[in-house]
Amino acid sequence: MRLSIYRYNPDVDEKPYMKDYDIQLEPTDRMLLDALIRLKSTDDTFSFRRSCREGVCGSDAMNINGKNGLACVTKVADLKEPVVIRPLPGLPVIRDLIVDMSQFFKQYHSVTPYVVNETPRPETERLQSPEDREELNGLYECILCACCSTSCPSFWWNPDKFVGPAGLLQAYRFIADTRDQATNERLDNLEDPYRLFRCHSIMNCVDVCPKGLNPTKAIGKIKDLLVKRTV
Amino acid sequence: MVNREVVGAHYGLRDWLAQRITAVIMLVFTLLLILALVSLPKFDFWHWQALWNLSLMRYAALLFLVALLYHAWVGVRNIFMDYIKDSGLRLTLYVVVILALISYGAWTVQILWGI
Repeated sequence: MRLSIYRYNPDVDEKPYMKDYDIQLEPTDRMLLDALIRLKSTDDTFSFRRSCREGVCGSDAMNINGKNGLACVTKVADLKEPVVIRPLPGLPVIRDLIVDMSQFFKQYHSVTPYVVNETPRPETERLQSPEDREELNGLYECILCACCSTSCPSFWWNPDKFVGPAGLLQAYRFIADTRDQATNERLDNLEDPYRLFRCHSIMNCVDVCPKGLNPTKAIGKIKDLLVKRTV
Repeated sequence: MVNREVVGAHYGLRDWLAQRITAVIMLVFTLLLILALVSLPKFDFWHWQALWNLSLMRYAALLFLVALLYHAWVGVRNIFMDYIKDSGLRLTLYVVVILALISYGAWTVQILWGI
């Protein structure tokens, strides 16, 4: 298998470069992550993040042939060679495919990503009806891999001000949660030309999400609620 | 001034909504204009002049103009917000665009009522 990989070690390299590799895959190497692990066994200077290797932890997000995705759920057979692999766009590179996600998580934390409920804690769980629980489908599954936010030009240009698709999906996840009591504060927090309205609905986020989620739709629902609150 | 990241101006909904409403207004006017043009018996200066002598046409065009200017303002400001990092430069560009849009508006009114 032929790979072209972005390499950069700030301690050694003056600037990043692309390096070509030819690797021999074993029959058990089905996913791109298997190929990368195979490659690392021959070149241990090559660095990338991975953990669960089954699309649950979101560690191995990278830019694969120009499109963000998780290496562990990307089938080798579906890839056109040479497979060009780069770090997630728009975030500072620490080394090779490892990026600094501080900005991404700062935006995530800015939306208060937990249920706010001031009523006394009940003896058991705070229960929801099946219909209310249904509202959270398509929202709670986000694994924060950052594929969406780093494919969003608005996030590239204003990562410090625009919450980004991942953060906004999470914001709506808690607005949609019937156990949460802070909807108004959440809407106040988002009603801003930069935090929310940098989204121009180009749907890059929907295109790349490895979990098949739709941040654009969630953002649309936040805007609908803002309209409902205002008119 | 300290270099703090400041965000949270708490506006944007009205502009976002207005951009959508003005788009609908412009679409309706465009369809109206196309309809008016194809229904002209003859496409010459006299019929053109007669069309624009109708008050309905002029006021509709004026409404279209207001919608266009507001729509353009929101859109161009969005582009500046996306790409212009320096807030001083951004403010200057906003002022330039507002002045340009007002002049275009005045110029269009002059043309509309001068035919």
